[in-house]
Amino acid sequence: MKKITSPIDGAEAGQAIQETPVSFRGRLRERFGDIVAQAAAAGALVVVFIFLSFASPVFFTVNNLTNVVEQTAVTAIIAIGMTFVIITAGIDLSVGSTAAISGVIGVSLIVNNGVSWPLAIVLGTLVGAVVGLGNGLLITFANLNPFIATLGMMSVIRGLVYISTNGQVVFGVPNAFGILGSGKVAGIPVALIVLLIIAVLAYLLLSRTRLGRYTYAIGSNREAARLSGIPVRNYLIAVYVLLGLLAGFGGMIASSRVFSGQPNFGIGLELDVIAATVIGGASLFGGQGTILGTLIGAFLIALIRNGSVLLDINTFYQQVIIGAVIWLAVYWDQFRRRRIS
Amino acid sequence: MPLSTAEPLIRLLNISKRFPGVVAVDDVNLDIYPGEVHVVAGENGAGKSTLMKLLSQVERPSHGTITMQGQPVQFINPQHAQSLGIAMVYQEFALAPHLTVAQNIALGREPGRFGIIDRSTEIDHARQYLQRVGLHIDPRKLAGVLSVAEQQLVEIAKALAIDAKLVILDEPTATLTGQEIEKLFSVIDDLTARGTAILYISHRLDEIFQIADRVTVMRDGKVVATLPRDDIDEPKLIRLMVGRDIANLYPKPASTIGKVSLQARGITRKRMLHDCSFEVHAGEILGFAGLIGAGRTELARAIFGADRIDAGSIWLDGKEMQIKSPASAIAAGIGYLTEDRKKEGLAMTLDIVQNITLANVPTRAGFIDLAKERRTAEYERDRLHIRTPSIQRKVAVLSGGNQQKVIVARWLETQARVLFFDEPTRGIDVKAKAEMFELIGNLAADGRAIILISSYLPELINMCDRILVMREGRVAGELERAQFSEERVIALATGAREVEVQ
Repeated sequence: MKKITSPIDGAEAGQAIQETPVSFRGRLRERFGDIVAQAAAAGALVVVFIFLSFASPVFFTVNNLTNVVEQTAVTAIIAIGMTFVIITAGIDLSVGSTAAISGVIGVSLIVNNGVSWPLAIVLGTLVGAVVGLGNGLLITFANLNPFIATLGMMSVIRGLVYISTNGQVVFGVPNAFGILGSGKVAGIPVALIVLLIIAVLAYLLLSRTRLGRYTYAIGSNREAARLSGIPVRNYLIAVYVLLGLLAGFGGMIASSRVFSGQPNFGIGLELDVIAATVIGGASLFGGQGTILGTLIGAFLIALIRNGSVLLDINTFYQQVIIGAVIWLAVYWDQFRRRRIS
Repeated sequence: MPLSTAEPLIRLLNISKRFPGVVAVDDVNLDIYPGEVHVVAGENGAGKSTLMKLLSQVERPSHGTITMQGQPVQFINPQHAQSLGIAMVYQEFALAPHLTVAQNIALGREPGRFGIIDRSTEIDHARQYLQRVGLHIDPRKLAGVLSVAEQQLVEIAKALAIDAKLVILDEPTATLTGQEIEKLFSVIDDLTARGTAILYISHRLDEIFQIADRVTVMRDGKVVATLPRDDIDEPKLIRLMVGRDIANLYPKPASTIGKVSLQARGITRKRMLHDCSFEVHAGEILGFAGLIGAGRTELARAIFGADRIDAGSIWLDGKEMQIKSPASAIAAGIGYLTEDRKKEGLAMTLDIVQNITLANVPTRAGFIDLAKERRTAEYERDRLHIRTPSIQRKVAVLSGGNQQKVIVARWLETQARVLFFDEPTRGIDVKAKAEMFELIGNLAADGRAIILISSYLPELINMCDRILVMREGRVAGELERAQFSEERVIALATGAREVEVQ
């Protein structure tokens, strides 16, 4: 095709740029806005880490840090999935219930059906994917608002967990099952290795594949995405299935840590997961969020929890502090965005 | 027309507004007299909108003073500006859709006592003000069900209700039809006759000459000139706005019309489209004319697979196509540039590269080919003259004309051979319009079939080879270039019997 020329370009052929001038700092802010948001959370993470290292003799020990990592892995893994959903401008309140049903079914497959534990982990994880598929279908085909669809799912699944277990903890797994939640390879917690692998894969998925690009596009402007030929419904379903899968896997890790299937596991977990994502810079209005930010958010929450315990702060104050951190993170984010525009 | 001896209602003295890195308004002096229609013209980014925001106190000036009837104005907030009698009618409407018209008009000043709203008084008041703006609707209607034109008149009624001395209108006619514009102008006449000053922002040259008493032209934040209407003509105004001459607003190359490209037969969509048929040839620009709501956008969307159709068939190069979704339309070689680029076109949080490749992301082994994607975007930037310091900037910071080019680039990347342009020049400035039309002309000359939807007749009459006129969801008629006249199009669009043309 021939070069398209502009009728009034002659006078300015030499000068390419004719936009409103933006200062260098303004451009930096715009280009690296997301990174700055993470830098703020990352800075907070570093400050809390250093503070706790001095304030508590126990904090900077292998035992304690291993414990923090193992506790955080479940939240962080589910939060990685939640990041995708929140970038599409969605939300999933059912992740705690999903983790519970995966754990309970996975464990009872081992205990009651003689399924080998590795296979049980896979099957339990797939149960989570099925719940995610349910959410995706409710949101796309029944056209329910994600908040409502997953609020209902949260309650339905939790009910099914209680019905199937009669509210009783499921016991009797082999010791080998514990490797996922509390095993170590060369001194490194398996949960941490698994978390890092998932984080790297999710990062590649989000930043380097069509699924990731469309996740941002759908959250940024759903109608524009549809009119650009993107099968929006399919991608939304995929994103909820991905989150369900990770929630199910998180449930298996949690069960592995305690050698049992706990019907009460994950009550309120969705709030921690969403908080981690939001502190990490994801916007509930969609179109923004990163895996690295979410990891930082998850560990910031974990350190605050751990620090409160070590410094013997009344555990009720943890809730207050975490709530305040959410406000600060979002306030900072909005402040930053206002400065860009 | 105000007497030159009259005291100005509002006087801006050395007003400047700086944003980080930008001087949006630069040392502006401006007098607004009671009873005048004062048009502020200028390209996007010239500082018009910022000036309006300063007057309506959404922003406060970095420097300078504003006086009103000789008294210096204090800057507090938009409510304060309203209490002074400065009313702003926004381009994007600011009515609460779930409240009634009467509730909207009274909002913040509800009549009543002890916190209990006197509803009948509220409705009576609303009725009076609606009558003054010539809008005969039930004030108990919900604002959300009104047409854009009606909502705008309600906003003006609201301005009357606060006894506004200055009413600011920001591109009020952008979404109105001819008749609605006439009505708006007569309301403006009525207001100025009562001494209200009107500050009117517009891009449309024809209407500037129709209603202005005086015109202030802004460029790069500065006032270039303030002149009485009689002292300017169209070329002079464009020269003042752009800073140089534009040879031709509608550069249309000679067209070579080829074979039939797209053919629509009997397209029907319940209550929207009735048995619509047309064809467009390769190399041809076909216009869709009609009043707002006549079904032009609906027909384009139906063919593009954005909305379901109940009957009809779509043929491309003589083959019938099964178009079930935008994805299948794109695969067949059809593209559609939406009428509302912010709501349906751009992904604002993505950058320019990602917006350009959105409909066709290059991948290799499952991963996005970032290098190829970047080259594609650079190629389109150079080819379409997208003016930006970097293609990695968010599209949100581009001007309207450049945003539109980003979307054109997206469709060119899909190799579309049939392109629908739905109101492509809405909200973009004179210079960008001329560029957009040049681009459309060249795309046609290149053998693509173009369908141009526009509510502004001079655009269609100058750019098209044929015009299809729609009315109430039907094809009302078709005009060949030799038959083009505004009267004929309007006659077909409104169903009026054609005026005899000598």
